[in-house]
Amino acid sequence: MRLQCPVPKMDFDVIQLGHGSGGLMTHRLLKSGVFEVLQNEFLREEHDGSIVDLTGKTAITTDSFVVSPVFFPGGNIGDLAINGTVNDLAMCGAKPQYLTLACILEEGFALEDYWEILLTIREAGKAAGVQIVTGDTKVVEKGKGDGIFINTTGIGLVHPQADISVSKIRAGDVVVVSGLVASHGMAILSVREGLEFETTLKSDTAPVHDMVWALLDQFGPEIRFLRDPTRGGLASTLNEAASQRKIGIQLEQNSIPMLDEVEGACELLGMDPLYVANEGIFIAIVAPEIADQTVAKLCQFPQGKHASIIGRVVNNHPGQVVLNSSIGGKRVVAMLAGEQLPRIC
Amino acid sequence: MKYLTEYRDVALVQEYVRRIHQLVTKPWSIMEICGGQTHGLVKNGILEMLPEQVTMVHGPGCPVCVTPLHLIDDAIALAYQPGIILTSFGDMLRVPGSKESLLEAKANGANIQMVYSPLDALKIAQKNPDKEVVFFAVGFETTAPANALSVIQAAALDLNNYSILTSHVLVPPAMEAILSDPETRVDGFLAAGHVCTIMGMEEYYPIAEKYRVPIVVTGFEPIDLLIGIYETLKQLEAGSYQVDNQYARVVQFGGNPQAKEIIGKVFITSDRIWRGIGEIPGSGYEVDQDFSGYDARIKFALGHREVPEHPECIAGQILKGLRKPIHCGQFGKGCTPEHPLGAPMVSSEGACAAYYHFAQMKNETING
Repeated sequence: MRLQCPVPKMDFDVIQLGHGSGGLMTHRLLKSGVFEVLQNEFLREEHDGSIVDLTGKTAITTDSFVVSPVFFPGGNIGDLAINGTVNDLAMCGAKPQYLTLACILEEGFALEDYWEILLTIREAGKAAGVQIVTGDTKVVEKGKGDGIFINTTGIGLVHPQADISVSKIRAGDVVVVSGLVASHGMAILSVREGLEFETTLKSDTAPVHDMVWALLDQFGPEIRFLRDPTRGGLASTLNEAASQRKIGIQLEQNSIPMLDEVEGACELLGMDPLYVANEGIFIAIVAPEIADQTVAKLCQFPQGKHASIIGRVVNNHPGQVVLNSSIGGKRVVAMLAGEQLPRIC
Repeated sequence: MKYLTEYRDVALVQEYVRRIHQLVTKPWSIMEICGGQTHGLVKNGILEMLPEQVTMVHGPGCPVCVTPLHLIDDAIALAYQPGIILTSFGDMLRVPGSKESLLEAKANGANIQMVYSPLDALKIAQKNPDKEVVFFAVGFETTAPANALSVIQAAALDLNNYSILTSHVLVPPAMEAILSDPETRVDGFLAAGHVCTIMGMEEYYPIAEKYRVPIVVTGFEPIDLLIGIYETLKQLEAGSYQVDNQYARVVQFGGNPQAKEIIGKVFITSDRIWRGIGEIPGSGYEVDQDFSGYDARIKFALGHREVPEHPECIAGQILKGLRKPIHCGQFGKGCTPEHPLGAPMVSSEGACAAYYHFAQMKNETING
């Protein structure tokens, strides 16, 4: 869905190098762009930075967004730039409060697209309850970027009961996933140049901090570990946890929630859904006593209705993730050496 | 999913595993020819379910694994030339050449694009009339029809900036090469279902007869693989050596005549070097001279170059089932999935990579 706000009247329709000069063109672009769209008390100052008030344990994170294509079914780079950082804060057990926004625009990028991304950022920020308090805009020569790159840094206050760390994981703990796996990555792939295929798949990009906060309210430190399985998918995230903590993780293939369409697209393209990127879901490793209640709690949220227990932490095969296949076999779910590449044979 | 879930039925899997265990009385080695079958065995954890006496030997049926070093080097050299776009299937990109892989070359500035089909490469050629587009035509008989079709379409469109660098290999001559080695320890074969879908089954009868080995044309789903293994073992235990078709829902005796016709129009059979195995007579396809304008080898005057394999890599013996990855001095030391020396360590279902991860799961030392 394209947002319905009209592009402001400007005497150009693409980004030009001059928009990064710091002069009048920059001023006009910011004034009728970022400042106009994202207006709040902090940005109104138009200062070099912002002063915010925070008391308590604070989490901070930063993330850069270079997705290609910039627009994809279910969202655009603007959604990812907000939700990605919001979710990274959530994985620290924090409620996101303030974000910074830095955009690197490529000369020739369509103003209309830039505008749409800004509007998306505004809406995503509202939905997540965060304010963008400072930022930066630069322009690079044509050919030196990919339309638009975004960096966001976020800060948030940590839940008083949160004690989330890979070091808290112990054998017997249970692995929960909050929603359907691999939807985002396959939606992106379906529109990537040269690989397009017809599908109704959509990215599930969304903030997850409300779900996390609810879990922490109810279970506190029994939520041992949280991670959003973005790049590298479920497999890479769990491998990282297994190798950091030197424990084994056993997954049940049958329990991993996935849309039929995602599974079908993966079969067709020779991709393993366990390595496909996710947005809008997270993995929680929790104490065994609260595993069922964790799932029940997540199911109360529309985004969490497919939450499932997908595995458990074991003493065997330390550092490795082993999958019990749907037909009763076992295989190692290894760390990928690089990007997942489709198979021909 | 329709036509898939039926072949992943747990009760049926258990039934065939039970039958296999009941049937086997002595050690047997069965080679699955196709990389897709290896993938199915590994992905579903089927290897773990088989009796200890049954050894599955991962055959040379992963086309990217057997593509010779010199061809990868040729492809990379083309991709570095200004004005050339080299297009390739995804899993070819990480296979190491003598100096670097296509992915590394891409990072160093070579113009390489991944495609799912040669017809997509053709589209790239249409969109870039000022560039030469070369498709790295890798594969068995399975990918040959589409690759041939891209040449036929290019000719029909009068598209002169498209060509293919062929590295086509054929299954039956490779089976003969393996079987004629006196050291070979393969008792029976799962023939590759997809290859037989195109080519049919006829070529396998003389092989089964000459070498007295059962050959079962087999599919890729868990039930397919287990039935293929079961039927092969049944023959082995009974001392028979027939050609059998487990994959009858897809494979017809005569194959796909249209596809064979397209292959025949564009390709001729030629001798071919297989990585790790060496030259096998009549085991590949070259572009026929009628279409020589679409043969990258001729178009860009690529000479013949000899590129030695890594001296310590025993990929060839592994692909023939003569030795196991753990018998290699470099296994898990100089050769790992992150830094593969030979092709079987590259893809996750390559024989060496599969062993590497499997050994870790069982907490065995990977040094054997």
